[in-house]
Amino acid sequence: MTSPSPDTSVPTHLESDVLVIGAGGAGMYAALEAAKGGASVILADRSLIGRGGATVMAQMTVAAALGEQTPDHWEHHFADTLAAGRGLCDERLAALLCEDGPQRLREMDAWKVGWAREDGHIKQAQAPGHDRPRCAYVDFLSTGPAVSKTLRTQLNNASGIRRIGDLTIVDIALRDGEACGATALHLPTGQAATLAAKAVVIATGGLTGLYRRNSASSNMGGDGYALALRAGAELIDMEFVQFFPIGHLAPRLVGMDPIMWDPFRYKLGGKLLNSEMREFEEDYATRDERSDGTYVLTRDLATYAITKEVEAGRGSPSGGAYLSFQHVPEAEIRKAFGPVVDRLAENGIDLAQRPVEVAPIAHYHMGGIRVDEMMATGVPGLFACGEAVGGANGANRLSGNAITEAFVFGARAGRSAAERAKQGASVWSTEAAKPALDLLRSASKRDAPNPAAVMVKLQAAMADDVGPFRTDAKLRAAISAIAQLKADIGDTPFASAESFDPVLADWLDLRNMLAVAQSVAVPALARTESRGAHQRDDHLGLDDAWSVNQIVALSGSDMTLRKIVATTGKAAA
Amino acid sequence: MKATLSIQRGAFGETPRQDTFDIPFEHGQSILDGLRAVRRSMDPSLAFRFACINANACKECMMLIDGKVDYACTVRLKEGTTTLAPLPKKALIRDLVTEIAPPGERLVLRP
Ligand SMILES: Cc1cc2nc3c(=O)[nH]c(=O)nc-3n(C[C@H](O)[C@H](O)[C@H](O)COP(=O)(O)OP(=O)(O)OC[C@H]3O[C@@H](n4cnc5c(N)ncnc54)[C@H](O)[C@@H]3O)c2cc1C
Ligand code: FES
Repeated sequence: MTSPSPDTSVPTHLESDVLVIGAGGAGMYAALEAAKGGASVILADRSLIGRGGATVMAQMTVAAALGEQTPDHWEHHFADTLAAGRGLCDERLAALLCEDGPQRLREMDAWKVGWAREDGHIKQAQAPGHDRPRCAYVDFLSTGPAVSKTLRTQLNNASGIRRIGDLTIVDIALRDGEACGATALHLPTGQAATLAAKAVVIATGGLTGLYRRNSASSNMGGDGYALALRAGAELIDMEFVQFFPIGHLAPRLVGMDPIMWDPFRYKLGGKLLNSEMREFEEDYATRDERSDGTYVLTRDLATYAITKEVEAGRGSPSGGAYLSFQHVPEAEIRKAFGPVVDRLAENGIDLAQRPVEVAPIAHYHMGGIRVDEMMATGVPGLFACGEAVGGANGANRLSGNAITEAFVFGARAGRSAAERAKQGASVWSTEAAKPALDLLRSASKRDAPNPAAVMVKLQAAMADDVGPFRTDAKLRAAISAIAQLKADIGDTPFASAESFDPVLADWLDLRNMLAVAQSVAVPALARTESRGAHQRDDHLGLDDAWSVNQIVALSGSDMTLRKIVATTGKAAA
Repeated sequence: MKATLSIQRGAFGETPRQDTFDIPFEHGQSILDGLRAVRRSMDPSLAFRFACINANACKECMMLIDGKVDYACTVRLKEGTTTLAPLPKKALIRDLVTEIAPPGERLVLRP
């Protein structure tokens, strides 16, 4: 136990060659590769190491052209990724993901992650949008936990990596426009800490915590996007938030990931029914010629179908659709999902007897920090990887691509950061940490508003007005709601206690979440067309004039928006 | 219908006090759902750990629930009173929060 020191004027100071922010799949991989490259590494996470974000929660699959199930080549995976991205992928990043994916999955295999096997080879499942079975997984619904555990074991065995949990990075420290470390809040003691580093890697994951219904952990309010923006880096494709069509809605299911129904559908062919108990998928599906036909709706079409059924008054009682497995024999359900069936029973769910209710939930962010193929942002010394990065998946992501992206981009960012550190680039200065330290010191007790309640308001505004189906009026309403909430929380943090202060933590989260919410709503308003995960009820259909990416940046405190032509050409491997 | 949470409060070194919160009872909700509701509508300063909310993957939300060590995100809220306390064998930080990070993964503060 560390008791709070009375003297907070001089914060704890740590130094390393490379600072990695966020210990999910991307951050852990980055730390391992940076250490392999000879760098001393600090790996910091606001939660426990390897447990705070999406990686540990993932239950499904990881896509790579391993060619174990059927012959495959990374270029087929690349073609599918570009098709899903609807013309907006950064081809260098997409190519890197697809080309390096197999190597990373084999490395994980050698590290004994336990990919499911069949007849001696790694089993690869078919998932929508992929032209062939390409998705590895760990049974039963254990992909994320197995991946996290494997990487944590590697971290344990590696030397030169210092892991620090409960450390929330508040801002990147800048000296002459270069990243030279970061300022952090150590939540348990309420003390600030400064971290000097020659290179900094943002691996903070996604932003789906901005939405009312989501699959996020409490650490997924989009910190990394806000850190990058304030440091002077650019964001790309921020309007593209992926909604997972069949998130669990009712009855209340505890102890299980809300997106768990997808593998059930793959394996057993669950049926989507409306309140009339009629199947409605076929009404909306455009049959994907490359798919084998068992799964007819892509994610965006399924989200559309359920939303439209609810709007037409044919929703389930909790406002979604029914998902039914009543046609599947009980023994088959048990065979496919073993112990998971008992966990469902503990929640009062018997799939053979009754349907569950599902609805679209915010699940993944295609957009993110703009990087080149070395994972470098426009800010010298600042790198990014994993879901925090935008571009590889364009306007929509194939299932299974996100974990591969975390591995591949994480490894690449770690290597790049180690190389930069070798050049001895960034130099720390205490001045660089001053703005963030001043911010933390300005925290004061206040009775209202309750930041936990403000967060709920923001999530409602985002869900209602910046959800999967958008209009000019809704987006304008959201942008002014965000501005109002910003005014409500003001410029100086709220505090309630010395140690482990959730009020301060929420205020700092809101500072980031409001900036990030704006960075989603503003390009969504500008994009007057429908493409991939961005659907405008007032601008139906794709508009060729919009085959461009939008870039968000900060100029002073103003958010700026510009367009660029999508980056083509493959990455140098 | 209501559920009552009786929660041990206070930081390390302080004399613990017991605070009681009444929240609407909804069938199927977890203790964690209840704690989050308290923070949203009654006391935002209530400290407890959690990350994953639904998946039972982060393992951060362990506490004493009616005297038994369990996960706040998997134990159901019940009608009547549930008593919550921090883990007894871990160093207390504040309210329901204890030091649970492995020793090798903590910040060592400036002496
Ligand atoms: C429930 C769920 C299921 C999924 N299933 C799949 C799947 O089957 N297949 C697939 O390909 N993808 C899946 N995805 C997506 C995929 O899991 C993620 O995109 C990927 O794991 C992201 O990895 P990451 O390392 O970039 O981020 P994360 O794993 O989210 O890690 C980010 C880390 O950064 C930390 N952090 C955040 N902010 C700060 C800060 N300010 N200071 C310090 N630390 C910070 C967080 O605590 C967290 O530990 C799923 C996502 C979810 C939510
Ligand atoms: S909140 Fe993650 S295990 Fe309980």
